[in-house]
Amino acid sequence: MLLVHFAHPPWGAAAVYRCLGALMRALFLAVLLRDLRLAARRRIDALLPLVFFVVALSLFPLGVGPEPETLRHIAPGVVWVCALLATMLSVQQLYSGDQSDGSLEQMLLAPQPAIVVAGAKSTAHWLLNGAPLVVVAPLAGVFFDLSGSALASLIMGLLLGTPVLSLLGGLGAALTLGLRSAGMLLILIVLPLTMPVLIFGAGAVSAVESGQSAAGHYSLLGALLLGTLLGAPLATAAALRISSE
Amino acid sequence: MSAKLRLFTFAAPSRFYHLTGMLIPWCWALTIGLTLAGLYVGLLVAPTDATQRDAYRIIFIHVPAAWMSMLLYLVMAFWAAIGWAFKARMASMFARAIAPTGAMFTFVALWSGAIWGKPTWGTWWVWDARLTSELILLFLYLGYIALVEAIDDIRRADQAGALLAVVGAVNVPIIYFSVKWWNTLHQGATISMTAAPKMAAIMLNGMLLMTFACWAYAFAVVFVRVRAIIVERERGTAWVSEMLAGQKGA
Repeated sequence: MLLVHFAHPPWGAAAVYRCLGALMRALFLAVLLRDLRLAARRRIDALLPLVFFVVALSLFPLGVGPEPETLRHIAPGVVWVCALLATMLSVQQLYSGDQSDGSLEQMLLAPQPAIVVAGAKSTAHWLLNGAPLVVVAPLAGVFFDLSGSALASLIMGLLLGTPVLSLLGGLGAALTLGLRSAGMLLILIVLPLTMPVLIFGAGAVSAVESGQSAAGHYSLLGALLLGTLLGAPLATAAALRISSE
Repeated sequence: MSAKLRLFTFAAPSRFYHLTGMLIPWCWALTIGLTLAGLYVGLLVAPTDATQRDAYRIIFIHVPAAWMSMLLYLVMAFWAAIGWAFKARMASMFARAIAPTGAMFTFVALWSGAIWGKPTWGTWWVWDARLTSELILLFLYLGYIALVEAIDDIRRADQAGALLAVVGAVNVPIIYFSVKWWNTLHQGATISMTAAPKMAAIMLNGMLLMTFACWAYAFAVVFVRVRAIIVERERGTAWVSEMLAGQKGA
């Protein structure tokens, strides 16, 4: 019905766009709040990726040895790799629950473009899994004996980089929806695409530690974030359509 | 075959099947001829390098393989996208057939690079920008192959693979430049790969011959593989049943 109205609007074009914008905002908020509410009702489930991140971080000093010099040296890479893996593990559930109970199909049937669903899901994933990683990052500073400025650059990098991971992870989750061994497949598909984030995120900390400015790294991370924001929801929406045909 | 040849004549799997059936022997003949010529020029005619001695001769397989690996990814993404956008079955099948050959060339490039690196740089592997991005290219190929093989529904597999291939193709330059900048930030660890002086004409000729041999090989193998895919997917159609029945009777 709604689509028919949009095809032959009785009002002017401006009013149509205003109305469509309001509808898209409504769907975005509905999907986002729904995911947040679901997470609030399964608190332990929602905390698992965070616990994984901390446990994985604490393994490295045990494996590498407790020398502060070595730990400081490997800290940026270790924190970033753990963040990557935590994101890959948590993003697997992003669409699978909604697919198995049929709500994903309903969301895609809505008159709003699927890109809204993809954007809202990735936003929810970042709020639930990316942002907590940024919050506990100071713990890595304690574990690995990082200086204040290095820790600040780590947090700044995570703040810019983890949304990219959530967006790319959403694409992988949509592509591997409902497949056998979807988990490993998602990791194999998405990790090569996330390498630039790893490089510049860890590079920012290394730059600060060696006394250089990390501004270039932040700019590149920001550019990656903007590019991914533009492209990933579009690709995710296409992947959702392919996967749920 | 009909007398009138149009642009989309060979988009029909049956016609493409017969066309490739005729082309494959020629492709193999070209492959063998060009490989023999390339190896002759590369191993016997080309002079020994002043600094690298005979170790440099691996260039005759290494560089063509590296070129093919990058080119085939783009070709694969192109045909996959065409197949997705225009619902062209033949294009999707072609993309699927290219992927293993592309992955094979990527592996050959990495492997021959490692063998070349040992005598010249003294190490099998350095985290140089080119080596690293070639390795990531191998991961992209493996991801594509794994994804399309994991999906049982053919239509979905082709479309999902096309999306992944296109996303990968967009990402390849980003990955290349980020690895390159990362490498220059960690100064000095690697030996420069760009130190090679101007190449002698005879060496270039040998390399080009080998490149064309790789092209012919890629065509031959992809055609063989795509014919298998055609028979598998079109087995419900009349022409495949007739052909298979004819083969059984003969």
